[in-house]
Amino acid sequence: MSLQTEKITGAEAVVKCLIAEGAELAYGYPGGAIMPIYDELYKYQDQFHHVLTRHEQGAVHAAQGFARTSGKVGVAMATSGPGATNLITGIADAQIDSTPLVCITGQVASHLLGTDAFQETDVISISSPVTKWNYQVTKAEEIPAAIAKAFYIAKSGRPGPVVIDITKDAQQSVFDYKGYEKCTGVRSYIPAPSTKIEAVEKAAELINKAKKPMIVFGQGVILGNAEAEFKAFIEKAGIPSAWTVLGLSALPTNHPLNVGMVGMHGHYGPNKLTNECDVLIAIGMRFDDRVTGNLNTYAKQAKIVHFEIDPAEIDKNVKTDAAVLGDAKEILTKILPLIDEKSHNEWLQEFRNYDKIEYEKVIKAQLNPTKEGLTMGEVLQGINRATKDDAVIVSDVGQHQMMTVRYANFTHTRSNVTSGGLGTMGFALPAAIGAKMGAMDRHVVAVIGDGGYQMTCQELGTILQTKVPVKIVVLNNEFLGMVRQWQQLFFDKRYASTEMINPDFIKLAEAYDIKAKKVTSRADLQGAIDEMIAHKDAYFLEVCVEKEDNVFPMVPTGASVSDVRLE
Amino acid sequence: METKTYTISIYTENNLGLLNRISTLFVKRHINIESLTVSYSEIENVSRFVIVVNMTEVAVKKIIGQIEKQIEVIKAFYHTDDELIFTQTAMFKFRSDLLFDEPQIQNIIKENNLNIVTVNKTFFVVEKAGRQNEIDALYEKFKPFGIAQFVRSGKIAVSKEAMNIRQILNDFNK
Repeated sequence: MSLQTEKITGAEAVVKCLIAEGAELAYGYPGGAIMPIYDELYKYQDQFHHVLTRHEQGAVHAAQGFARTSGKVGVAMATSGPGATNLITGIADAQIDSTPLVCITGQVASHLLGTDAFQETDVISISSPVTKWNYQVTKAEEIPAAIAKAFYIAKSGRPGPVVIDITKDAQQSVFDYKGYEKCTGVRSYIPAPSTKIEAVEKAAELINKAKKPMIVFGQGVILGNAEAEFKAFIEKAGIPSAWTVLGLSALPTNHPLNVGMVGMHGHYGPNKLTNECDVLIAIGMRFDDRVTGNLNTYAKQAKIVHFEIDPAEIDKNVKTDAAVLGDAKEILTKILPLIDEKSHNEWLQEFRNYDKIEYEKVIKAQLNPTKEGLTMGEVLQGINRATKDDAVIVSDVGQHQMMTVRYANFTHTRSNVTSGGLGTMGFALPAAIGAKMGAMDRHVVAVIGDGGYQMTCQELGTILQTKVPVKIVVLNNEFLGMVRQWQQLFFDKRYASTEMINPDFIKLAEAYDIKAKKVTSRADLQGAIDEMIAHKDAYFLEVCVEKEDNVFPMVPTGASVSDVRLE
Repeated sequence: METKTYTISIYTENNLGLLNRISTLFVKRHINIESLTVSYSEIENVSRFVIVVNMTEVAVKKIIGQIEKQIEVIKAFYHTDDELIFTQTAMFKFRSDLLFDEPQIQNIIKENNLNIVTVNKTFFVVEKAGRQNEIDALYEKFKPFGIAQFVRSGKIAVSKEAMNIRQILNDFNK
């Protein structure tokens, strides 16, 4: 902490604090109540980068994408009122997917609070249910400590979004800035409970005794930077390991113990065998309903071991036999020496046997189709080939998302960016912008449906202005495909408001000076994908896919995971 | 599963917005709060919430987890009535002429050891501290005479067991 003080405005302090915290850039949109901060961003533009999006929702999703690939805290900014409320969807998304964000919102001057002033909304109340923490600053001198605390809370423990709402007078008034001190602790907050060795021993005993153990891992492995420890653990214990949507890419796709995805559109083997394993080890996951299906018939035969950083998740949905609290890295490090070296080859073979059934009934038709129409699976296969299984893939929400997580291959962690818990359509395009800026050395491919694309396609303007070289693939089936699939299966094909008449997507991309191509036949597909990946700038590829294709396997809502349907 | 009356005691930092944050946890789960009291506690700058709800024990345990997850919450507990020493306060306001026109009112005041808070020419106020059923019974007794105003506080309670908040705060600082 510097001993010298300087007289600066609250707005300047915001920017100085962001720089001192090590934040590289922010995504945002200016407006009346945050103009003093934007004025300082202008002055400090050689030290701190600001990306102007085309909508505040774009800003927050871009910050999420940045956080997901870089592992750093994403920063989003917006003005008061509508600016702040437009951030809310992304904040809710970050809350449910545990993404570290600091959102800075302008607020009307403190003497106007509660007067229904122009562009006043009660951002603290609106954001409370969807933030890890929020705070309203009304005095300039509170700014350094509030920002330090915001970053600390956002990134520590189970990460999440934080909102700092700063009144305009706090931005404008001058105070004695004493330098920036990073926050190292908050009295009432324990980021990660310390891992108790007795709990680890109990879990190890259950794991060592297991004949048919199965792991389900989630994003906790990635958020805890525990990929190496996780790999060492599963390899020593020889346990088949399945992933949740957000756990994807923590373990390479081609790892021999990677048995695929659990849940509603997960793989056949792990869903079936969830109800046959004798010990189910959940690591950094929260037993979401899309993972478990009907809880009354979920893994009832198994002892449940749960490694988890958030005490509120223990027994929330599934009753555990051995809960181990703590950070994934710490738990996995502590348990490794207690684990017997084993292989469960016969048990692993059961997963592979189900894989063969799934291949024959589902996968073959996706990857080696005999019918004329293009499948989403073969587009993903083409992306795998062109990027050697090593792209960051950002997906939106719907059929294409489930096809992406099922068919995209991954070699490196932090490569699967998608809206998991909230299921936010419109997430992918802005998130891909942030994801690329968080991983400039990687190929970043956004895979989006024609519905979700049109929710945030104004962010093509952000791509035009920043020249960020993201690759955009729109899988166009002229339907809101997932809803249509449910209408087909559960509503007697009454396609209520799911058919889409779309604009000319090529012209739209070209209007933003983005090279664009449309593919309608199999013969052109791989060449177009290769061209897109090789292109040095942003690229837009529209692939017209089969209109009424369905995502299988599927565990219908309310069904047991072992009643997973293949057709 | 059987629902029961649980009293949730929460020790928190004294911060603006925390009441809203905690109440939304109940709203999100469609749980009605029966009563809620916030005050300072035995520790400086630490607030204490006392919230009364009707829930199943499984649900109350889960909501305690969600409450403790809030950054500024130090610790939350839940208790059944037999684990607590608890009370409520009620105030009854009447027209002063009733004191003379209705001798029965004086009897009720005497029999129930009610405290007279104030008397003036136009109105008088009595208060009663006790269990909810005692206050309810008193309300029924006064009702025929015309109660000008009635108010009852939320339940306040101390636990029979120690809650060791100082120890918890010391542990945070370690």
